[in-house]
Amino acid sequence: MSLALIQETATVSYGALAAIGAGLAAIGGGIGVGKIGGAAMEAMARQPEMQGKLQGAAIVLIAFIEAIALFAVVVSFLAMDK
Amino acid sequence: MRTNTFRVVLTLVFLLFFSQGFATSEGSETEEPFNTTELIFHHIGDSHSFHVAGDISIPLPIILFTENGLVTFMSSEFHHDVEGKTIVTKNGLQFVNVHEKIYQLDSGAKTVAFDSEQHPTNAGRPLDFSITKNVFSMFLSMLVIFLLFTTAARSYKKSGTNMPRGIGKFLEPIILFIRDEIAIPNIGEKKYKRYMPYLLTLFFFIWINNIFGLIPFFPFSSNLSGNIAFTLALAAITFILTLYSSKSTYWKHMLWMPGVPIYMKLFLAPIEFMGMFIKPAALTIRLFANITAGHVIVLSLISLIFVLNTLWVSPASILFVVFISVIEVLVVAIQAYIFTLLSALYFGQALEEEH
Repeated sequence: MSLALIQETATVSYGALAAIGAGLAAIGGGIGVGKIGGAAMEAMARQPEMQGKLQGAAIVLIAFIEAIALFAVVVSFLAMDK
Repeated sequence: MRTNTFRVVLTLVFLLFFSQGFATSEGSETEEPFNTTELIFHHIGDSHSFHVAGDISIPLPIILFTENGLVTFMSSEFHHDVEGKTIVTKNGLQFVNVHEKIYQLDSGAKTVAFDSEQHPTNAGRPLDFSITKNVFSMFLSMLVIFLLFTTAARSYKKSGTNMPRGIGKFLEPIILFIRDEIAIPNIGEKKYKRYMPYLLTLFFFIWINNIFGLIPFFPFSSNLSGNIAFTLALAAITFILTLYSSKSTYWKHMLWMPGVPIYMKLFLAPIEFMGMFIKPAALTIRLFANITAGHVIVLSLISLIFVLNTLWVSPASILFVVFISVIEVLVVAIQAYIFTLLSALYFGQALEEEH
């Protein structure tokens, strides 16, 4: 059968797989950020005088988690190119 | 009074965006189907000319090292062609621009032939030292940083070190923050001074380039810190400096971890050794992915208007773009901070003495 058609389906499924990968990465990132946010809020409620420090630390940690989610996005970009 | 003026300006800006949204969405109806991926990759990629607005773009010089010596010409000679159709002949060699990459045609070839993946088959790439959009914007940010810091230094010379004045008032807290929160806790009281110039350069260079990437009009707007070559170069400098400043303790802990059983030593050594290279790789990808993702999100939200092909989406899409842009202002500062922090952390690890 026509090779073109097979190639067509192949590229489509690669794109879909890449999208699924990006979605899974977003779920992971969401869980991570949620945990950090929750813990930071709890800590701030317990010790309001530490708020500044906790906020700074939480933002930095969120940036780390976000970076891991974005690694996955980069990988799915690469997969999309194939 | 001041808030009122601010509100008026903000409303005007929104109106401007709305009107732009209306104007552009009308034009796209008769054209070929809108390709979001192509648009986004065009915007985040490097380019040999700087697009200003509409049909106006500024040509940039192309500098190539070929077997016939140095070849220079302006990118306007390609007449905006990126498909490899316009052939420029210089020094007896033929050049084409294929998707913003300059190829040199093999001798005897008249046109570019492509394989199934759109890569030229009868052309090679010469050494390309062109001033591209990203290089241009790097020079711009270097100039801005130079002017900022020489002005600040001059003001300190004039007024002494007791009170910052002018631009120094803005820069001094940031410099002190990097010294007191990044350098001293991670590198240590004794040795931090040697690393301060590098850490400060790193922070301000990344930060200012990130901010320039967020500003969506002419001399800025290029995706320099979202370019993996740029972030790789910075991470490589950090890596080299880490190795250069490493003490014997660093290597002992990496190759023959003290205080653990021998089979753990054998197990840990390759992991630690790989970690040495993974650290700068993670630095590279973290900055690259964060900044690129920011650009992609903004462009995707704007593309939503054209994908759905209705102007009623534009208010929502513009609101989201403004929202994301505000978050991005925070993200770019945090990314510059994290790059600097991790560099300082690695230097601190390398410098650690036996204890």
